[in-house]
Amino acid sequence: MENNTYYNSADLKKFGNIADWDKNLAAKFFDYYGEVFKEGDLTAREKSLIALAVAHTVQCPYCIDAYTQDSLEKGATEKGMMEAIHVAAAIRGGASLVHGVMMMNKAKKLSM
Amino acid sequence: MIKSLHARHHQLAQQEKQVEYLSNGIFKEGKLPTFQQKIKSVNFFPLKPAALEIFQVNIGYMCNQVCKHCHVDAGPDRREIMTRQTMQQCLNVLAQTKIHTLDITGGAPEMNPDFRWFVAEAKRIGVQEIIVRSNLTIILANPKYYDLPSFFKEHGVRICSSLPFYKADKTDRQRGEGVFETSVEALKLLNEVGYGKEESGLILDLVYNPTGAFLPGDQMQLQRDFKKELKDHSNIDFNSLLTITNIPISRYLDFLIESGNYEEYMEKLVNAFNPAAVPGVMCRNTISVDWQGNLYDCDFNQMLGLKTSSAACQHISDFDMERLSRRDIVINQHCFACTAGAGSSCQGAVA
Repeated sequence: MENNTYYNSADLKKFGNIADWDKNLAAKFFDYYGEVFKEGDLTAREKSLIALAVAHTVQCPYCIDAYTQDSLEKGATEKGMMEAIHVAAAIRGGASLVHGVMMMNKAKKLSM
Repeated sequence: MIKSLHARHHQLAQQEKQVEYLSNGIFKEGKLPTFQQKIKSVNFFPLKPAALEIFQVNIGYMCNQVCKHCHVDAGPDRREIMTRQTMQQCLNVLAQTKIHTLDITGGAPEMNPDFRWFVAEAKRIGVQEIIVRSNLTIILANPKYYDLPSFFKEHGVRICSSLPFYKADKTDRQRGEGVFETSVEALKLLNEVGYGKEESGLILDLVYNPTGAFLPGDQMQLQRDFKKELKDHSNIDFNSLLTITNIPISRYLDFLIESGNYEEYMEKLVNAFNPAAVPGVMCRNTISVDWQGNLYDCDFNQMLGLKTSSAACQHISDFDMERLSRRDIVINQHCFACTAGAGSSCQGAVA
């Protein structure tokens, strides 16, 4: 391998190559993908911002690259993009903290 | 205020340096196909004109603004200005042909001392549509321009004005500190005389171009956002939003190179090549005229010094519709911007 890191930005453009080893499933996936991002009850910009937030949640560098650009193209503001990431962060942090209730229940049960 | 490339004696101020840059590098090395190869593959080479409908006349490069992406490299220091005599030659052509639209651009065209004469004469000889590409802030730049909205109204001019975003931050980063606020004031003045109001028949279109190294989004969706935001926050009405892809020449080319985005941007344009956009490219229905009367296939070719084919006529003084209609349109790699995605022209998306 010419690149000694796990991630290479040039690989993003090769996403479509997953079809090389299974054309049928790739076609189904990309069809679905395309449909998902079409304007529906949610605007294309709203979907792009959700994708940006999820990209940060799953910490996918390819997705962060792609949806930063896509959000800008769809007319999102930089502040709006940061707000989307805070939504992801809040849910992530909240998800840990709300499990605190489980911890408290268990601790209360075990304790005198 | 930043300075023009011209004032900085920047090498990209030289037209031939820009053409050289666009012809070499990734294209010469074969990493990307050239525009010629690309349109050849879909049988559009040589690119031929359709009926000539728009006469786009650039009456000078002087401007009160210095925008970071300006393909004209316009600014207060630019002194190139069209004379009344050359304007008269343009009017003669308009009077003798079926070209229905006169599209006046610059710089800030209003700064040409013969601007009002030109508009009034065009109106008098019956030009069907007169477009003025106004940067908006000029209306408030000096008391002598304060009556421009009523002048435009009186002559039934269609206004096309750049506003890259509906908020100050992005707009000012591209067009200069305070430009958004002044533009909004100018838009209010235009609305006051009836521009952008459905029933008035006075057309006010806004032009969106990306504030960075990315492509414009969907024109209708952006228009919807602009209409809502400008109405809610500033009570402004306008007719249509025209999306334009930034062309990699002049100050925008400088930005791409300086920010390390050039190759990626060109690759993006090439990958987004849309054969369906080719028939609608503006060079097929437009002729661009510079301040000295030279003819070009578009305003971008004008800035690169790429005149219309020498087999056709190259100056307004020997304008020949017949020869022009048979010409091959002059192309280079910057043309990829007009065929990317939904396509791009001075009238917005084309496909």
